[in-house]
Amino acid sequence: MIVEVSRPATATAGMAPATARTAPANALPALPAFAFVAVLVGLPLATVFYEAFRSGLAAAASVFSEPYAQSAIVLTLEVAATTVTVNTLFGVLAAWTIAKYRFPGKAWLIAAIDLPLTVSPVVAGLAILLTFGPHAPLGAWFIAHGVHVVFAFPGIVLATIFVTFPYVARTYTTYLLEQGRELEEAALSLGASVWQTLRKVTLPSSRWALLTGVLLCNARAMGEFGAVSVVSGRIRGLTDTVPLHVEILYNEDAFVGAFALSAALATLTMAFSALRTVAERRGQSEGAAPKNP
Amino acid sequence: MRRSLGLIVSRDVVPGRTLALGTTIALATLAVLMPLAVVVLVATTADWRTLGPELISPRMTAAFRLTFGASLAAALLDVVCGTYIAWVLVRRRFTGIALLDALVDVPLAIPTAVAGIALATLYGAHGWAGAFLEAHGLHVAYTPLGIGIALAFVGLPFAVRAVAPVLAALPKEYEEAAKSLGANQAITFARVVLPQLVPAILAGFALALARGLGEYGSVLFISGNLPLRTEIAPLLIMAKLEEYDYQGAAAIATVLLLSSFSLLLAIAALQRRLTARSVRA
Repeated sequence: MIVEVSRPATATAGMAPATARTAPANALPALPAFAFVAVLVGLPLATVFYEAFRSGLAAAASVFSEPYAQSAIVLTLEVAATTVTVNTLFGVLAAWTIAKYRFPGKAWLIAAIDLPLTVSPVVAGLAILLTFGPHAPLGAWFIAHGVHVVFAFPGIVLATIFVTFPYVARTYTTYLLEQGRELEEAALSLGASVWQTLRKVTLPSSRWALLTGVLLCNARAMGEFGAVSVVSGRIRGLTDTVPLHVEILYNEDAFVGAFALSAALATLTMAFSALRTVAERRGQSEGAAPKNP
Repeated sequence: MRRSLGLIVSRDVVPGRTLALGTTIALATLAVLMPLAVVVLVATTADWRTLGPELISPRMTAAFRLTFGASLAAALLDVVCGTYIAWVLVRRRFTGIALLDALVDVPLAIPTAVAGIALATLYGAHGWAGAFLEAHGLHVAYTPLGIGIALAFVGLPFAVRAVAPVLAALPKEYEEAAKSLGANQAITFARVVLPQLVPAILAGFALALARGLGEYGSVLFISGNLPLRTEIAPLLIMAKLEEYDYQGAAAIATVLLLSSFSLLLAIAALQRRLTARSVRA
């Protein structure tokens, strides 16, 4: 009896047809999944590169010699660098605070940091516009002191910070919570200061988890569109980022330029996304990294 | 003994709580909470005698119905296909799986404006998919169907990535036990695997839905933005901004914020109840 049950062929003999088990390869049940993802995701991705290069390499490359495209690329890199710096510093602080201290209302703080994930980018941009715009008290104060926030670099950065606010904090908090605080307690009891503990104990042991969040934040920051399009004012050569310039070119029927710029931007953000996966796997192989960032 | 000692130590040893907590709250308030509060505040200062009727006008209700309908349909498609894709990713091992794994993350990795113009071109009259479908009488570009496809595109990674880790953590023994007792693959999945995934599937549903309700860039180009037909709620906000009607924009944004939050809170509550039940069982 026992021997019979443990033998799969005998066990299924009189039951439902054992087609799945006798299928020649593991791959067969995966085919519909492949087909679905190929149509829904693969085709749009292929469209980007096909449309970019359909008139040849030279036509695609010519968009990068346009001054407006060049200034958009510079602006996007500056915005991404500023946003990632701010959100990384905040992410480390927030993760350290949430993981290492006890305080009431911790769940509320986590929910507040995650809030931008459920807010429309357009609403995010509107929030920055209404808070720092010329009609708002805060915006008027900034203008009185010679700083233009909205329709200028600071506004674009603030909108991008809002949208990408949770990415570093979320990944890094999950990781630090899993790690507990024994290492920090040991360092502190041996006489290290908080700053030394963070720099020499916490950060080195968690660098891959931090990098995972930073790379994700960077990929999102470079591609942000909705929030930035509300606050940028779209002044060509000044407040026009790469995603906004893609929209301008597309609406002007400059399809090759729009898709060439898109292909370059998508390649960059996909590379950062792939690096993120590498960092995540590296962290997992070196210790327990966040399973669900 | 050790545990109680640990509690005392952890409460005393890590200094700087006030400073760290204070700075974190201040930054979160400045960057996120204050701007959102300003939106609600500006909405309350609007002239509601003219704004009230406008909010329930056919154009507004059509946009909100379309936003919620298309987001719900797309999130539903995403979790059904996403759960199956997650199962393939976790349980099947063969060459080519890395490609599937990478493709699933693409909608998260590429900018929404890029996805938007790609989808509009692909499903346009001259696109690969659009030309084929229009020859068979199916119009995708400038229809609610196109909006649904764009939202399914952006939501797919959330559905897959919410389910895959939970599925990977499930002991394979349950499935093997079910098989050895004579259940085929479909029954094993439906009766043994699926019930344990329900909280994760709901989480993926909520994430995909949240993304869909606010989505702008990937929908903008394929929707055509025809009032009453293919205009979504974030586009209404843009239309108000183009008229410099900030209070109207804030009012629509507040309605969108509140309706999305209540829907997501309801899903979170349902998820908590189901998780509590499966823990008890």
